[in-house]
Amino acid sequence: MKRLIITLILILPSIGFAAGGGVALQSANNDLTDNESLKAGAKLFIDYCMGCHSADYVRFQRVGKDIGISDEELLKDFMFSADKVGETMSIAMDKEDAEKWFGVIPPDLSVIARARGTDWLYTYLMTFYLDSSRPFGVNNLAFPDVGMPHVMWDIQGWQEPVYEEKDGHKVITSLKLIGPKDKAEQYKTDVRNLVNFLEYIGEPAKLHRLSLGWKVIAFLFIFLIFAILLKKEYWRDVH
Amino acid sequence: MTKILNASREWVDARFPMTKMWDDHLAKYYAPKNFNFWYYFGSLALMMLVLQIITGIFLATNYKPDAELAFASVEYIMRDIDYGWLIRYLHSTGASFFFIAVYLHMFRALLYGSYRKPRELIWLIGMFIYVCLMAESFLGYLLPWGQMSYWGAQVILSLFGAIPYIGEDLAIWVRGDFVIADATLNRFFIYHVVAVPIILLGLAVVHIIALHEVGSNNPDGIEIKKNKDPATGIPIDGIPFHPYYSVKDIVGIAVFLIIFSAVVFYAPELGGYFLEYNNFIPADPMKTPEHIAPLWYFTPFYAILRAIPDKLGGVIAMGGAIGILFLLPWLDRSPVKSIRYKGPIFKVALFLFVIAFSGLCYLGMLAPTDIRTLFAQIFTAIYFGFFILMPIYSKLDKTKPVPERLT
Repeated sequence: MKRLIITLILILPSIGFAAGGGVALQSANNDLTDNESLKAGAKLFIDYCMGCHSADYVRFQRVGKDIGISDEELLKDFMFSADKVGETMSIAMDKEDAEKWFGVIPPDLSVIARARGTDWLYTYLMTFYLDSSRPFGVNNLAFPDVGMPHVMWDIQGWQEPVYEEKDGHKVITSLKLIGPKDKAEQYKTDVRNLVNFLEYIGEPAKLHRLSLGWKVIAFLFIFLIFAILLKKEYWRDVH
Repeated sequence: MTKILNASREWVDARFPMTKMWDDHLAKYYAPKNFNFWYYFGSLALMMLVLQIITGIFLATNYKPDAELAFASVEYIMRDIDYGWLIRYLHSTGASFFFIAVYLHMFRALLYGSYRKPRELIWLIGMFIYVCLMAESFLGYLLPWGQMSYWGAQVILSLFGAIPYIGEDLAIWVRGDFVIADATLNRFFIYHVVAVPIILLGLAVVHIIALHEVGSNNPDGIEIKKNKDPATGIPIDGIPFHPYYSVKDIVGIAVFLIIFSAVVFYAPELGGYFLEYNNFIPADPMKTPEHIAPLWYFTPFYAILRAIPDKLGGVIAMGGAIGILFLLPWLDRSPVKSIRYKGPIFKVALFLFVIAFSGLCYLGMLAPTDIRTLFAQIFTAIYFGFFILMPIYSKLDKTKPVPERLT
């Protein structure tokens, strides 16, 4: 037995080998139940993202119903490319043109939060920095050599990388905001709202799922009590 | 009213063995009275089979097996169909829980020697079910048409290419194209929803018929049919499956469903183990993901595949790892069935086997490194050693005397 325990201990370190690469992720800290944040995120998504990115599986009306935007408000403030609330958040940009301009087709963002995770998205949007070697003049810590320009620069401003020598390599240790810093907090909130919205469209039924779950489980627990009592009653004569 | 019901029953019984089947398989099927925790997983596996079929039918009503539409149709189910998300999560989580039930069911057989004479055929049929289930889940995993669906299938189907002479042609024949494409999706869909389920259902029925022919084993590994009541001919240690085990299994089902629901409602992705994150990116034949791993129930065999440096050797080892399970009834030479009366060698061997299998399961999920490959090779050796050396160590092992009656 002792030898087996030692074997187990020897095996344990292999569990620690699971490594992720890249930058340390910042926490998005978003709140799916905050409708104001989701509304602000929706607005940002439409203003900044939907120039190039679609959310083809998302319907305006569903968004409105879920986060509390009336059909009239949707049509007035949120919908520029579509005119019926039942339509999806699709865009008109031609995919071949997009590939010519950016090198890649900007991905559909309907389920991006499920593929990347909210923390990654938050970190990604926070870590654009100036890099003159890139076609759009910016690079990204979470997504090296990204094809996307820093679209929300007008809110955040520009960040410069701070380098440090490590083992003969120049390594970026942090990013420094250049120019006015008055909007730094605003930008964080904006990114948080946008990521919140992306998480919402990734799985619109999520809140429903969470609220239904405990009811189902509570029912099953009550059912279990009766099942145990029934079993005991039937098994009384088995010795 | 009772009169009408009785008359109807007699009418049917004169034409179809309804009451006879009820008695043979439930009301007068005598099972040992000492089933423990491990004996829940047979009925749980059956329940999962039914759940997968029902949820699968609902999913198929809105799913589109077309490379252009498949990914979008899954998202359509998740968003625009009322409770479509629930049906889909039940199905995707159900696949993993089906495997959990099946693995524990197989482990039970390993613990108590349920594959030993006269139950060799039950084990063999069960193995065919297991292989069908692997095929079924592999086929189904392509359908969401995400990156992992696509590249997982690409990797596994390319293994056919390792077969000498006919390999490449065989791979193309299976895919219906030079790469995984629309033609592959179409055929995988029809295999997944029609062909394999028919075989699975048939095998499940045969599995149960074979079991009821010889009777259930039990944690003591004693044949209860050896001790029959001389007056009635009923095994003294047996109790009718219905109502005793039918009501007991309801308890198991309730507990299992509580855990199942916790995952369905609160962690349907289970940290990427039940639904991989990369599968939320639509399949892109031009972009290979950095790290391709199958779902957890395949990873032990995937780790064995990668542990062998040679591709053909790896494929043979992987096939052998599954194939050797079929031989289990003839590898075990111990005079006793149950682990309760087996000696220390078997217990240590089984313990090492469990470590190796779980270790391979874990390693198969990760990208290979030198140290991980080394561990995978050690675990692979233990995995095969457990079976290949079994005829020797199971004979050498010091066993305890088996009691006459159930304990």
